[in-house]
Amino acid sequence: MAEPTTDTGTFEELTLPLLARLYNLARWLTQDAVEAEELVQESCMKALRGFGSYRQGTNFSAWIYRIMRNTFLTSRAGLKHTTISLDDEESDVPEPATVGTPETALLASFDQQAIQGALEELPLHFREIILLCDVEEMSYQAISDALGIPIGTVMSRLSRARRAMRAQLAGMPNSPRPRSASR
Amino acid sequence: MNCDWIRQRMDAYVDNELPEAEAAEFEAHMRSCAACANAALEQTRLKLATRTAGQRFTPPAEFLQRMEQNLRPQSAKPSWRLLRWPVALPVAMAAALLLAVLLIANFQHRRAAYAELADLHVTTLASANPVDVISEDRHTVKPWFAGRIPFTFDLPELKDTGFELSGGRVVYLQHSPGAQLLYTLRKHRLSVFIFQDGQAWPGMMTGASSELSFHMESWSHSGLRYVIVGDVSDADIHSLAELLRKVARQ
Repeated sequence: MAEPTTDTGTFEELTLPLLARLYNLARWLTQDAVEAEELVQESCMKALRGFGSYRQGTNFSAWIYRIMRNTFLTSRAGLKHTTISLDDEESDVPEPATVGTPETALLASFDQQAIQGALEELPLHFREIILLCDVEEMSYQAISDALGIPIGTVMSRLSRARRAMRAQLAGMPNSPRPRSASR
Repeated sequence: MNCDWIRQRMDAYVDNELPEAEAAEFEAHMRSCAACANAALEQTRLKLATRTAGQRFTPPAEFLQRMEQNLRPQSAKPSWRLLRWPVALPVAMAAALLLAVLLIANFQHRRAAYAELADLHVTTLASANPVDVISEDRHTVKPWFAGRIPFTFDLPELKDTGFELSGGRVVYLQHSPGAQLLYTLRKHRLSVFIFQDGQAWPGMMTGASSELSFHMESWSHSGLRYVIVGDVSDADIHSLAELLRKVARQ
């Protein structure tokens, strides 16, 4: 199983190495260069102010990502994504016919551009959980902390997000469109 | 253990989240089942490809430099002469960022609502696009907010007052949308925040106060909470507050 992360240090020591990663995530969230810079800047200021509440030894990147996510979701750009659909957790994503059959064209589409395009098309809550798991390599526990959801929900959302991404890569016409984010 | 059992645990296996005993069972099954082995291979390849593709955006060097300067402890900061702000940034923005450093060093001791507004003010000044509606004309700025916030307000005539309106933008405080208006007085910039008054403002008091180097004045009128934040004197802030109060009473 993934080892728990233990981060200790001053705010500066913990934050500076994460700036480029935070910016990357912010760009994926906002999909705008200027808004991403502002989001990281505002999030870091909020994180510094609340640094007293950070428990040394716990996962700092999950802690600061949670602040950035909340900052984004309460921003003008983020509010566009906060129309919660209660069906999101239950809704089933169409299963692409190609799953588990590596001889198909799906494998051939695993190029960088195709994956970036598929990520862009995913609903925000699917996009962010894939980024946290696959790009940030956060453990399920860290993702649970970052998103404020139980581990069981992390697993089920991740599973659906990956199915949705495969559907995008396979070019399924009924693949989900961007519409909402779960808090 | 069968293929269904395996498929249910495929994500956890690829993410290295499966308990050791289950991982061993998983691998034993894959040795005898080509379909599941292929599925695991496909999933692993997708994960690795996503990892590379997801690292897509690199922050501009100027942004990283600015952030590093903001985050560095006060004692380790270089002197004014050594600060290398991007040439294109106006001097006011540099000054605002320095103010941000002073602010964030004392964040722990600030009252929540005022601190949040000071944050918003500093963030606005440091932004490359501080306002969304750029206009000196109150008759342009006020209508711009219609439909963007759930209330309306009046803006004063500024002729011969020394104040100039720069524009405005929608801001969010504790999940509530409000208006931020940016004014200029002798090259100093002031923010006027207007939100609906209510329970979201437990720490807000009517009157003047200061947050570090910023002066503030807050009052409530007709269900709206007004807060002015700026680095000018209390008297100057009070003058602008009087103009706003006067037009609101009309």
